[in-house]
Amino acid sequence: MPKILISDPTLRDGNHAVQHQLTLEQVAGYCAAADAAGVPIIEVGHGNGLAASSLQVGESSVTDREMLVTARKNLPHSKLGIHVMPGFATIPRDLAPAIDIGVDVIRVACHCSEADITQRHIGYVRERGRQVFGVLMMTHMLDKDRLAEEAQKMESYGAEAIMIMDSAGAFLPPDVSTRIDTLVRILHIPVGFHAHNNLGMAVANSIAALESGATILDGTARGFGAGAGNTQLELLVAVLHKMGYETGIDLYKILDAADLAEKNMIPVIPTIKSISIVSGMAGVFSGFAKHVQRISAQFKVDPRDVFFELGRRGIVAGQEDLIIEVANQLSTRRAAPVAEVV
Amino acid sequence: MTRRKMVPVAILGSGNIGTDLLLKIQRSPWLECKLFVGRNLSSPGLAKASSLGVPISSNSIDGILQDASDCEIVFDATSARDHLRHWPLLQKAGKRVIDLTPAKVGKMCIPAVNLEECLAEQNVNMVTCGGQASVPLIHLIGKTQKDLEYVEIVSSISSRSAGPATRINIDEYIATTESAISLFSGAPRAKVILILNPASPCIDMQTTIFAKVPDPRIEPLALAMEKMVATIRSYVPGYEIILGPIVENGRLVVMVRVQGMGDYLPKYAGNLDIINCAAIAYAEACAMKSVDVASAQEVTRA
Repeated sequence: MPKILISDPTLRDGNHAVQHQLTLEQVAGYCAAADAAGVPIIEVGHGNGLAASSLQVGESSVTDREMLVTARKNLPHSKLGIHVMPGFATIPRDLAPAIDIGVDVIRVACHCSEADITQRHIGYVRERGRQVFGVLMMTHMLDKDRLAEEAQKMESYGAEAIMIMDSAGAFLPPDVSTRIDTLVRILHIPVGFHAHNNLGMAVANSIAALESGATILDGTARGFGAGAGNTQLELLVAVLHKMGYETGIDLYKILDAADLAEKNMIPVIPTIKSISIVSGMAGVFSGFAKHVQRISAQFKVDPRDVFFELGRRGIVAGQEDLIIEVANQLSTRRAAPVAEVV
Repeated sequence: MTRRKMVPVAILGSGNIGTDLLLKIQRSPWLECKLFVGRNLSSPGLAKASSLGVPISSNSIDGILQDASDCEIVFDATSARDHLRHWPLLQKAGKRVIDLTPAKVGKMCIPAVNLEECLAEQNVNMVTCGGQASVPLIHLIGKTQKDLEYVEIVSSISSRSAGPATRINIDEYIATTESAISLFSGAPRAKVILILNPASPCIDMQTTIFAKVPDPRIEPLALAMEKMVATIRSYVPGYEIILGPIVENGRLVVMVRVQGMGDYLPKYAGNLDIINCAAIAYAEACAMKSVDVASAQEVTRA
């Protein structure tokens, strides 16, 4: 059976679930546990990645530098990864210092149709001799052939692998299979998949990706992540081992790491709340969940209506400001008062 | 109307920005485009210029330099990297340069705020589309709020309106816009985020301004903004505040939408429109000053 590379963004995607308030102690503790379990790549940072701490998507309680330095110290074996979105993070201000700190794997991400904005960041990482993956987000918004074109651009810029993200948790297994299958046939580099669990499909979709030729999978402890959470890492590892795949991860130790994460940093274990189902149906970025609930309460509108309107407008990751506009519009458009939904 | 002497100008860069600029200059009572320069004779921009009877060249900066006697003003609508190369050559040739790239070589010009102060400069930088959309309002936040701690702007633009130079220049866009915010508002910290949205039909350009102030004073700000919007609309008719100023979750929030005039790209490309309208407003002010100071007052752009 082929070897599957597991990348663990618990300390990055999980930050969405706690409004980017993970502490250095939590980062240190989880890094040490996941490293001991043999997780190959640990991704750390603000939920939206490097330099994303902002009023737009939420301010981190600690700086990127503090987080990365802490993680680096606590990862004697595992590689340290970051998520980098051009438009948030610039090369001189953010990426260069992160590489200086000792980040090993840089995942340069963009909305699925905008690969050409990653060219300079990907090229820079290659110049610095670090590992670089291209990440296409919100991939439910693009068909397989257009997605393949964008992935090919990233490959041509120097990406060493391509990650397909189901950022809205909107996919069913056939949606994943058809995209991964196309990418694997067209690209000359490994392909990976990052799931969200809004429709309860995270593990199933990850397996579908794998059976279509993906060799990299993302998972987080207890599924700690935006919206309904990600693929539950310790569960994924167990399933992969049962299927006979090799991950290099020690099952008991990853179970321990997940228990530790639950105890130390996961205030609410991700479950598929009603609002997350709506978010997945609407195809809206999972990281919007907390903002939508807060803003809907302030404007006294139904957050489900807000999600569907955001989906209708084709809003992408990073456009959290438009939640206010949509909620405001719904509240002024409303003819008769409706029940307050919080 | 009596025909006055028009100021001859050249446009360097035949992409989305340059071509849209050309169409707008065709309507100007003060400016006449005497040369439109790109790199490739088969590019849509050069074809468009040619169809309008505007002299064209595919020799890039050399096209301008070989034509040294004619144009007084050169609009540089290439890229930040190219502008750094162009500027010394244009300076030597004695051209007045309006830089539409985020190269940040010259003084930053936001017509609604500091047009007069820029008239004596040989090179002005038009900042960025997000800067033109947000800085006038951020300037007012700085003036009306006490102890402004931080300003952040988020611009969403339609993917279709972002050409290759825009995409390759995102880092410069961010750095230049951030310095403009600090300069014009006095905020000790500033952050700029740019989002490309591929939705179809295309989204209008929107910019959201967030500010952190200990004690937000909404009324004086709203009043000042109303006046400012009227000033901006005199050169960017499609500019409007669509939300705010309000306070949400401890953040002062204002949202702006910019619809373009639909010249080269459709109306959603307000990002192209606003930087081009600002550049022309500045160029016309220079032209008025040099050509016909007396009639300066009567000229307003529709």
